[in-house]
Amino acid sequence: MNNQEKEPMFSAKNLKLFTAPLGKENPITVQVLGICSALAVTVKLKPAIVMALSVMIVTAVSNLVIAAIRQYIPDRIRIIVQLVVIATMVILVDQFLKAYVFDVSKQLSVFVGLIITNCILMGRLEAFAMGNKPWPSFIDGLGNGAGYGMILVIVAFFREFLGSGTIYGYPVMQKLGVYSAGYENNGMIILPPMALIFVGLIIWLQRSRNKSLIENK
Amino acid sequence: MNSLRKKLDKLKPHFTEGGRFSKLRSVFEGFESFIFVPDKVTFKGSHIRDSIDLKRTMTVVLIALLPALLFGSYNTGLQHFRSVGIEATILQSFWFGFLRILPLIVVSYVVGLGIEFIAAQIRGHEINEGFLVTGLLIPLIMPVDIPLWMLALATAFSVILGKEVFGGTGMNVFNPALLARAFLFFSYPAWMTGDKVWTEGLTAGQNIVDGFSGATPLSLCAAGETAKLPSFMEMFIGTIPGSVGETSALAILIGALILIVTGIGSWKIIVSVFAGGLGMGLLLNLISANSYMELPFYYHFVMGGFAFGAVFMATDPVTASQTETGKWIYGFLIGVLSILIRVLNPAYPEGVMLAILLMNVFAPLIDYYVVQSSIKKRLKRAKIAINT
Repeated sequence: MNNQEKEPMFSAKNLKLFTAPLGKENPITVQVLGICSALAVTVKLKPAIVMALSVMIVTAVSNLVIAAIRQYIPDRIRIIVQLVVIATMVILVDQFLKAYVFDVSKQLSVFVGLIITNCILMGRLEAFAMGNKPWPSFIDGLGNGAGYGMILVIVAFFREFLGSGTIYGYPVMQKLGVYSAGYENNGMIILPPMALIFVGLIIWLQRSRNKSLIENK
Repeated sequence: MNSLRKKLDKLKPHFTEGGRFSKLRSVFEGFESFIFVPDKVTFKGSHIRDSIDLKRTMTVVLIALLPALLFGSYNTGLQHFRSVGIEATILQSFWFGFLRILPLIVVSYVVGLGIEFIAAQIRGHEINEGFLVTGLLIPLIMPVDIPLWMLALATAFSVILGKEVFGGTGMNVFNPALLARAFLFFSYPAWMTGDKVWTEGLTAGQNIVDGFSGATPLSLCAAGETAKLPSFMEMFIGTIPGSVGETSALAILIGALILIVTGIGSWKIIVSVFAGGLGMGLLLNLISANSYMELPFYYHFVMGGFAFGAVFMATDPVTASQTETGKWIYGFLIGVLSILIRVLNPAYPEGVMLAILLMNVFAPLIDYYVVQSSIKKRLKRAKIAINT
């Protein structure tokens, strides 16, 4: 990382920083981080998308800020500094949501505030931003936020579709007319345990396609 | 029989390694060992292969389930004719109920065995006979009016996510039949609870005669109406509303005897479940804070699924404790928890399903501590022997 040559902004290495968390280094399915919020906000698609975007912005900007001042942070208080940066970002996002999408903000309730405790954030700051330049750190944060958000949206899609019979609030099942044929929404899918099972199914699918992820016994 | 054997021998080479249908080997073996005792022998050492294999074990359990199934058919018809106020003979009731239960059994077997067959082919395993029993248990613990597609979904859920992901028969943590029931219980509560689902035709809005409610003894108790309970004898014989196979303690008792005499089911578990229920029932009798707690403890044995769970679910050799001491603890806690949930939790009128599933999780832990304490005891003895 110390080479003085100027790297192009979207070099292959930088792009990989973005794509790796979407697949082989996914924060949820591979590193199993940020599970709590993945269970809590995936009942409906809309809150899940808002949550995904919020986490993406918070991770990317905190990564950028920490990477920019990483030389000046005393080692002994670095965790506190990181927390201050994250908390500032989270409060900004929270206020923004309250101002512009109040209904979603109410649905997400404490979980926006709890982004502070999301392990993905601290993990990326410690593991990446503290040792890399601002631009790659920004991309890394964006990628990890997107990897987290991707799983959230997939899980939320199936939970909303099968549990409430709607997609993004649109009553698909009702329009298809399956209720008159005896179909009923599955009440268990709305409960948090089913989100865990969905995440498990995604992990199963991913590992059966990508054998290198399977740990040696 | 001889000609069949010859035909099978002729076909066999095609299904062995390198044969034309080698991929379908486990299907062939599955059917072959269904008809004939497997001819596998051991070659080395002093091990003897018992010809009572899994398939024959399962057949005994199926035979033990027959009384409950037959009585369930009769009772389904009986409850139906009672609800519409028609006098019917025993045979009429039985036939009516049998025709209503048959689709449940067919759906459960077709879906479950279909998934098992596919999974066995993919993995190159033998066909898992474990489902022979599960496939019959599932319809027996359902309300008769459950829509077939829900049953199919629940069966698929329990076989794939309860069994195959853990590695198939013998590896599952939870009892698959109970898992199917729990899935439906939480997914479609309207079809699994209440007074209407237990009698054929009530959910479809059929006209019923005055005075027929369809409430099970447990829901009467939960509502505090213990005075309306049917007599003990009626509940023992099982002419009460309830899940298909669970109502008759008498039929289950016959099944229990078959399991115990053949040594297939663990009598320790059965006895300890009842002991746990008895202990908890007596304790609640002592407290007697409401009419439900005042109910004589032995009433609990004949109401709801207590007897059925104790005999056919708790004794599942895969999910129960393996150690002999562990079986006592495991069974006792199932009994205690069942009654505890029933009486003290107003949200769940029946507690047997949840109690058994919870203890399924704890079974390996119980085994671990039983083994550890045994090791410690022996170690102590060995030290004393060395010191003296």
